[in-house]
Amino acid sequence: MKSTENIGWFADIGLHDRPHVGGKGGSLGELQRAGIAVPPGFVVKTGAFERFIQALERHSPVRARVEALHADDLAGVTECCKELRARVEDAPLPAEVLDDISAAYGALCTEAGQAIAVRSSATTEDAADASFAGLQDTYLWITSLEDTLRKVRSCWASLYSVESVTYRRKRGLPEDGVAMAVVVQKMVDARTAGVMFTRSPVSGDRSVITIEGAWGLGSAVVGGEVTPDRWVVGKITGEVSVREISDKQIQHVPAPGGGTESVPVPEEQRRTPCLSDDELQALRAVGRNVERHYGRPQDIEWAICRQTQQIYLLQSRPETVWAAKDAAPVARAAADPLAHVMTIFGGRR
Amino acid sequence: MNAQPKPKPTKGFPLPSSLRVIPGTERAQAAYPYHIQFSEADDNRFWFYNSMHFPEPMSAFDMVTAEAAYCALGAANTRVHCLPTTLGIDHRIINGRVYIGGNAVTDPAEIARRTEEFQKRAFYYYENWERLYAQWREKMLKLIQDAQALPKPTLPELEPLENVHAGRGVASNHYLLDIYQKTLEGYFRMWHHHFEFLLLGYGAYLTFFAFCKKAFPEITDQTIARMVAGIEAEIFRPDDELRRLARRAVELGVDGKFKEGVPAEVIIESLRQSGPPGEQWLKELQAARDPWFNINVGDGFYHYHRAWNDDLSMPFAGLPDYMRRVRAGESLERPIERLKAERAQLIAEYRELLSTDDERAAYDQMITLAHRVFPYVEGHKFYCEHWYTNLFFNKIREFGALLAQHKFFPDAEDVFHLTHYELEAAIIDLMTAWSNGSEPRGPAHWPKIVAERRAALEEWAKHETPPALGPVPDVIDDPAIVMLWGITRESLDNWLAASGGEDTNEVKGFAASSGVAEGPARVVKSVEEISRVQKGDILVCQVTNPTWAPIFQKIAAAVSDIGGSMSHAAIVAREYGLPAVVGTGNATARIKDGQRIRVDGGRGIVTILEQDA
Repeated sequence: MKSTENIGWFADIGLHDRPHVGGKGGSLGELQRAGIAVPPGFVVKTGAFERFIQALERHSPVRARVEALHADDLAGVTECCKELRARVEDAPLPAEVLDDISAAYGALCTEAGQAIAVRSSATTEDAADASFAGLQDTYLWITSLEDTLRKVRSCWASLYSVESVTYRRKRGLPEDGVAMAVVVQKMVDARTAGVMFTRSPVSGDRSVITIEGAWGLGSAVVGGEVTPDRWVVGKITGEVSVREISDKQIQHVPAPGGGTESVPVPEEQRRTPCLSDDELQALRAVGRNVERHYGRPQDIEWAICRQTQQIYLLQSRPETVWAAKDAAPVARAAADPLAHVMTIFGGRR
Repeated sequence: MNAQPKPKPTKGFPLPSSLRVIPGTERAQAAYPYHIQFSEADDNRFWFYNSMHFPEPMSAFDMVTAEAAYCALGAANTRVHCLPTTLGIDHRIINGRVYIGGNAVTDPAEIARRTEEFQKRAFYYYENWERLYAQWREKMLKLIQDAQALPKPTLPELEPLENVHAGRGVASNHYLLDIYQKTLEGYFRMWHHHFEFLLLGYGAYLTFFAFCKKAFPEITDQTIARMVAGIEAEIFRPDDELRRLARRAVELGVDGKFKEGVPAEVIIESLRQSGPPGEQWLKELQAARDPWFNINVGDGFYHYHRAWNDDLSMPFAGLPDYMRRVRAGESLERPIERLKAERAQLIAEYRELLSTDDERAAYDQMITLAHRVFPYVEGHKFYCEHWYTNLFFNKIREFGALLAQHKFFPDAEDVFHLTHYELEAAIIDLMTAWSNGSEPRGPAHWPKIVAERRAALEEWAKHETPPALGPVPDVIDDPAIVMLWGITRESLDNWLAASGGEDTNEVKGFAASSGVAEGPARVVKSVEEISRVQKGDILVCQVTNPTWAPIFQKIAAAVSDIGGSMSHAAIVAREYGLPAVVGTGNATARIKDGQRIRVDGGRGIVTILEQDA
């Protein structure tokens, strides 16, 4: 199915489309185009939001009302936000927007009850802006078109939360530039999931990949609810230099009525490694690809599908802690190459 | 000039003076010369047991290796290349165990003076490495020829008539002393050749090693080793020759004669009688043996580390498997080009990870130098520790046979219970008696001493010896000790911690080749036991070296007492893709034959899975 003005399939978008698909959407598209498996999905582009707001404004103004607010007038902001959010959540979608999203949903979920995730994908350059403005909504395990549409509007509506509006008013940002993209993506029912750093978080070493994982969905690892298994793998050699298999007491799994739940790991599985050596090597290859593609070390979330055993990348961000450190060069080229041996022969090191 | 690092009063190993000669072996201990007996002054210094080179009690004669080697090592460091921060290494022997202690230079003015000298000397060697190394090989081959040319020591009843008519004027007995002194002189000289380049070679390698550890803090030693190790070094040749011989046997159709468990001499006899193809194979075997079977089954430091040439059971043990693989259509030739390409790729990929072009340029300079010097580090072993050492011990064996023939002791091998000083005395005793027509005094003198020393050696082997003695220095800053023995302050702390007891089921060593394998342990203490190794076994031995390569095709993993990540065993294990842990210190003592063990070659840990097998 083709992309339209309103929706864009991951295969058709990349980082340069960020103004229309947001940071998260652009990154997922970029990964897919680099040949890395991500759970299939599409982005509801900012154009859809724009058409929706225009439709709303034909009845009564939205943007002008926000621009008229004072950041200090908490009562006024609260009152206005309540009203605007209600309108965003209840007003009918323009027909072409509704058609495009419904068609894309139909193409993505070919069987009834397939679970998807809906996530906001902010267009702001600075990720910090988005988190200040409360634009990081994520809705997991959505199983119907109706609910999907509702969550897309919820993402849009978050632009009109009190904190988001106050943030914009404080900075005097024009409302014209305010837009929101939304990612709609298949959920991976993960057998094993976790994170991966393409440099050592401990030493900053760029020649190793650290992989952490546990049974079930990645939320248990990311949320720190389980001590994950941990491996350190040579990025180039594939040598496994550290293997720490932990006692993984709980796992997150999809709940029968939608959403997720935390359940105990069966006794015999608790101390079993959650990844095979082949999977470690496959993850290493994926990590190297992503790092090569972006040209710098990455911090990655991954999952392995319970049914197909396929590895999916859920997210990849540039590593920031070590990148921010100003490391002195390990050594500089010497006029006389022999001078280097004095590091060994020259005395106390 | 040789001030020692300040001793730490709170922590330390037993003092040398607290170490007792094991009761009943005092006379055997007294055989070692006075200057290598511990004295009171030695209590103020740090010593460690050189279990890497001398893992077993040394017989009186084998001590010559320590003497000659430290004499040459010290000269190279102290006087020839003038290493700035270190002089030579002193050694002491107690209960047959060799303890060594470095002489560090700590005075900054002295270090500065020696640095200036070092750059005039060592840098000249680096700059002219290829020429000097080519010259070294010529010198070394000449030394080997000279040793080979020494005649077998014999005493005729009467001087041969042709010597008389030729007016030689020197009687046969004189040549015993002449041959003996030349043998000994050659051995001491060989060790000087051995150390001519060694520390400089290791130093250039370690320069690159230190850079990698700094740039990639979690890189494993084995990865750096793989970047530097040569692919066509002489040390691979014996095994290469064996593979070629296996292929030739199949091509000639004589491979059916090779069966496991059949002694080498029986196989050779049946080939001899099998007509032209068998004769052809034997001819090719003969060509390969000289020089490539001059490789011994240990590291050449003990007289009983016999060479392939002296005991064909080791190379022949590997042939049936090689032949099976040839028949299965496998290529046994080491894929030189592929190995080279893999090494180049490894180097390039790590290079790519560096942060700046400046770092990359420094990396290039260091790896280039390491590659230039490393052929020596790898190549010298074949000429020195294997080929020459075999000639030397075999020549001593000839003296042993002569003395045994004259009833100095029952068996030719008993000669190794005499120090080299005593052996000269015994030879002169025999010469004198031959001259005078009287009976030599040796037969009344030596048998009791030989028996006593044999018993002492057996006794010493039963006792553990402390890994180190004396106060622990703050830092180990002696490049020779760090390079050759891998001893650092951290490893000493581990030793101190481990001295509490060994009730754990883990044996730790160097991570030499990654991978995990489980299987029954086959603890092999000598070449005679090699045929016990079955497919899937985990080889546990004292020294692994390339002579053992033929059995690497059978085993699931390898564990050794001695060796570092740059040891050739480690290299062979990596080429076979086998997990290996080397330098454990005591795996052969702690692991019992048949026990199920797990080898984690990536972490350097061997786990004993069942305590009672």
